[in-house]
Amino acid sequence: MYLHAQSLGNGPQDQSGTDAARGLHDEPPLLPTARGDTSHTLLEVLARDPRRGLADAARLAWRGPVVAGIGDALTDDALTDDDLQLAMWLSYELSYRGLARVDGDWEGQPDLVHAQRTWESDLHADLQDRTTARFGPAPAVRNRRELVDALEDVASAEQGPSLSKYLMRHATEAQFREFLIHKSIYHLKEADLHTWVIPRLSGAVKAAMVTIQLDEYGSGNLDGMHAQLFRRLMQHWQVDDRYAAHLERAPAVTLLASNIISMFGLRRRWRGALVGHLTLFEMTSSVPNSRYARGHRRLNGDDLSARFFDEHVVADAVHEQLAAHDLAGGLVRDEPHLGGDIIFGARCAALADELLAAHLVGAWEAGRSSLYGGGEPTSATAGSL
Amino acid sequence: MVAAAEDVTITVCPNGPLLVRGPARLQDVAGDPVVHDRPVIALCRCGRSALKPLCDGSHRLARFRDDAIACDMAEVMRTARSVPSEQG
Repeated sequence: MYLHAQSLGNGPQDQSGTDAARGLHDEPPLLPTARGDTSHTLLEVLARDPRRGLADAARLAWRGPVVAGIGDALTDDALTDDDLQLAMWLSYELSYRGLARVDGDWEGQPDLVHAQRTWESDLHADLQDRTTARFGPAPAVRNRRELVDALEDVASAEQGPSLSKYLMRHATEAQFREFLIHKSIYHLKEADLHTWVIPRLSGAVKAAMVTIQLDEYGSGNLDGMHAQLFRRLMQHWQVDDRYAAHLERAPAVTLLASNIISMFGLRRRWRGALVGHLTLFEMTSSVPNSRYARGHRRLNGDDLSARFFDEHVVADAVHEQLAAHDLAGGLVRDEPHLGGDIIFGARCAALADELLAAHLVGAWEAGRSSLYGGGEPTSATAGSL
Repeated sequence: MVAAAEDVTITVCPNGPLLVRGPARLQDVAGDPVVHDRPVIALCRCGRSALKPLCDGSHRLARFRDDAIACDMAEVMRTARSVPSEQG
């Protein structure tokens, strides 16, 4: 696996681009093992012909949290339920890279869309409860200034263990690899999840969004694309960098971080929440990334692969301002009724971040692996298939 | 992309950096360029950035506060002149 990974993009720049470009193509992820009734049913369903319809569509409904059979996977709501989060992730992936040996027409298949809707309303209800419990009742915002102040409050309301400080000061090499494995679920398709919102925006707000996304995609240069910078970082750490290679070991909180964005991104109705989510992301990115960079270098990581972190420090310091004032602020100016959704999206981003940090730091401080299935902190990263 | 003919604008962000849009040349006092390839750059205003002159987001940790309300420079200068010099 490592030979495969290191043959990509580590050599001198291929001027023709063809070999490297082919090597960098993301193959559809392999189907993982089920984690409960819902994901089990979904995997069974995805093997069928989407044109036939589902007589047993009701079986896709999520029946609430269960205590999974594996180790510490005791769940209390939709946010941390491995079965639900895996099912949602798989259903969304049909709209990104697809799934290996699954008919592409499952995307948008009415029975599956119906199931996805019910999962989303389960997740949304728990997000609503958890963000209100965490941040209090949402303030009413009527203008840009009030909105930016409210977003600032969310961005400054740090609580729980700091993942970035842990990585900067304490993480072992094995833990740093685990961190990359968790992050790879999002970063190997970084920006794609938020890009859905572009055609739903207009005018100055769209211009701000595109300015941000342009950086995320390296202004169209493959080498500068954040997903590629992350891939180079994974290669440096000798972690399998194939797309979704670590799906099998990604716990609910890791999948949740992406699922929230996909849920907001795929529905125009949630454009405010999507914008709020991205804005909070950008407002809380520079400082953690400079700490990740220090952790990376403390563990003798090289400068070339550190570019992923360094780039985020500089770019997100700009994005923070563009997102808060031009994107979120512009959206509430144009569509004042979206203020509540923008704050909700920001709160969801902060909550998901905190859940992930608590999970990782909690596991590490207890001497366990933070990956799904637990066990020893792992350096065996070539997937568990 | 920033059109060549576009003006350079500098936006003072409340509690944050200066945002420079447009084809501005950033250089040190020797005239050597600070190389960057970005359509928008953020310049540190709180003094805490480890990447000066660029912003690295430290203003939040530093709790830097400045409202950055647009003001009339002529009015500011008149007020400044009317204040007695501190040397007395």
